[in-house]
Amino acid sequence: MRRCRHVACRLTFRAGVSVTADLVQPYRTLRDNLKRRDRSLREKVVSLEDAASFVNDGASIGIGGSTLSRTPMAMIWQLIRAGKKNLSCSRCIISTDGDLLFGSGAANHIVSSWFSQGILWGLSKVMRHYVEKDLARYDEWSHMAMGMRFRAGGMGLPFLPMRSMLGSDVARIRPEVKEFDCPFTGERLLLVPALNPDVALIHVQRCDAYGNAQIDGLQFMDIDLALAANRVILTTERIVSNDQIRRAPDHTKIPFFCVDAVVEVPFGAMPHECYGTYEPAMDHLDAYVAQVNGDPVQGMRDYLDKYVYGPKSWAEFLSLIGVEALVTARRQGESIFDV
Amino acid sequence: MSKSSSYTSAEILAVLSARQLKEGQVVFAGIGIPLLAATLAQRLRCPGLTILFEGGVIGAFVEPGKLPPSTNDQRCTKRANMVLGSADVLLLLQRGYVDVGFMGGAQIDQYGNLNSSFIGDWRKPKTRLPGTGGGNDISSLTDMIVAMKHEKRRFVEKVDFITSPGFIRGRNSRAESGLTHGGMFRVITELAVFSFDDEERRMKVLALNPGVTREQVQDNTGFELIFDNNVGVTEPPSEHELATLRSLDPARQFIA
Repeated sequence: MRRCRHVACRLTFRAGVSVTADLVQPYRTLRDNLKRRDRSLREKVVSLEDAASFVNDGASIGIGGSTLSRTPMAMIWQLIRAGKKNLSCSRCIISTDGDLLFGSGAANHIVSSWFSQGILWGLSKVMRHYVEKDLARYDEWSHMAMGMRFRAGGMGLPFLPMRSMLGSDVARIRPEVKEFDCPFTGERLLLVPALNPDVALIHVQRCDAYGNAQIDGLQFMDIDLALAANRVILTTERIVSNDQIRRAPDHTKIPFFCVDAVVEVPFGAMPHECYGTYEPAMDHLDAYVAQVNGDPVQGMRDYLDKYVYGPKSWAEFLSLIGVEALVTARRQGESIFDV
Repeated sequence: MSKSSSYTSAEILAVLSARQLKEGQVVFAGIGIPLLAATLAQRLRCPGLTILFEGGVIGAFVEPGKLPPSTNDQRCTKRANMVLGSADVLLLLQRGYVDVGFMGGAQIDQYGNLNSSFIGDWRKPKTRLPGTGGGNDISSLTDMIVAMKHEKRRFVEKVDFITSPGFIRGRNSRAESGLTHGGMFRVITELAVFSFDDEERRMKVLALNPGVTREQVQDNTGFELIFDNNVGVTEPPSEHELATLRSLDPARQFIA
């Protein structure tokens, strides 16, 4: 109990200053930021280019989806094209999107539980190049810790307690975590700090012009992320009418007042998947991995030139992936509903 | 010699791992061999086995020939009872609903600690590995089965970094760290099946795979192994086990 009081006091005394201030946004700031946002029921459809202006250099960005699923790839693609710099990006599991963010210089910091291109391809040479040469930082947390951090952020709390990560080196090298003895039971718990990104990027199957978002299938940590962030950019496969949303409100996972911008981008997670809509473009990803792991600097530069900086629009990027690949991915994606 | 004596290391890993699972259990499975082995057990003996994936899936029946590329893809949800958020499916481990966690491993030590984060000193790593994913949470909160390749460089006295805790420094050190439940239950390799002794919590050979000697296992291990008093020899994979396994992964993505 003695240790518990000690930690509790320290947290109390430090609230709003020093270590805690850098790590966890003060409650007053979070509330003030929210108060300033226009939360009225209004249309907020913009272009990818306009949405990118919501993101300042150096901002902290929360990325929705997980691994190869519902990655807000078109938005990330646009941020890279817009020349964003020094972003700090958090995502529960990050894959080729993390490669592109490091390789383009858009991000120099990734917070995640797992960072590689995908289990099929082994280690990401791009991640290894940037991290091992100290050119960029990858902070590792357990998957549940990422979830608890977004959840605390979404709940308006500075931290949440949990029982994993204790005893491991994952916790030992994270100065941000605190061990804590429960005031009720005396059990050892780990406290993880809230994560309230400046901007969340989330891709969904459909939403209305106000931002009421419906997510099919796996929702990952997107609801907590949307509630936690100070601003939310939604990209969507399809904008539907508000009447259609109201017909099935139980499908709505993110309420409109969390959302600041809506961008309609069909195939907006390509070359990753979007549940029930398309599976990943595996041939494109195989070729991507071979190229960037072959040479994480020049290979990546060539990829960015051809697929990110080169195309005039997202549609032109899709045409580089190819109609055949898109048709195959679409057929496989929809097959999840076959009985 | 029967045809069944011809199988790859990955195949024997999957078959022996599947045999460790029991009907009615709730299993939290990682991608690759664990997913394949859990699905194999489900098809062979345990139709009531419930498979959980960290992407947020309860009760999946993965389709033969449509193995997911990770545990966060839509293929993981085939015929599932429920999909939910990733944090929520992990919290089921914390609440205690999961009987067995089932993962692969890159590097393991004598106390069953797993490293999937750094080779070398974490401040200046020789290799930055992908990290824990859900591995740390699963191994912190439930009994673990680990299926992995048996090589000396993977079976080390002390891992460079404890990503997913086993018995930490042995004896009571796991509980003293605050991990009151779970721990390493079995390690399955192409050479043998291991458990951990009750006192020191060090790795112990329970059974040798067919045709494997004690010396072979020890020679491929970077620390001194304990041998159980009654070390057995495992039944080789049957034709039926292999045929079912191969039908799940016809492209030999994970069993090559």
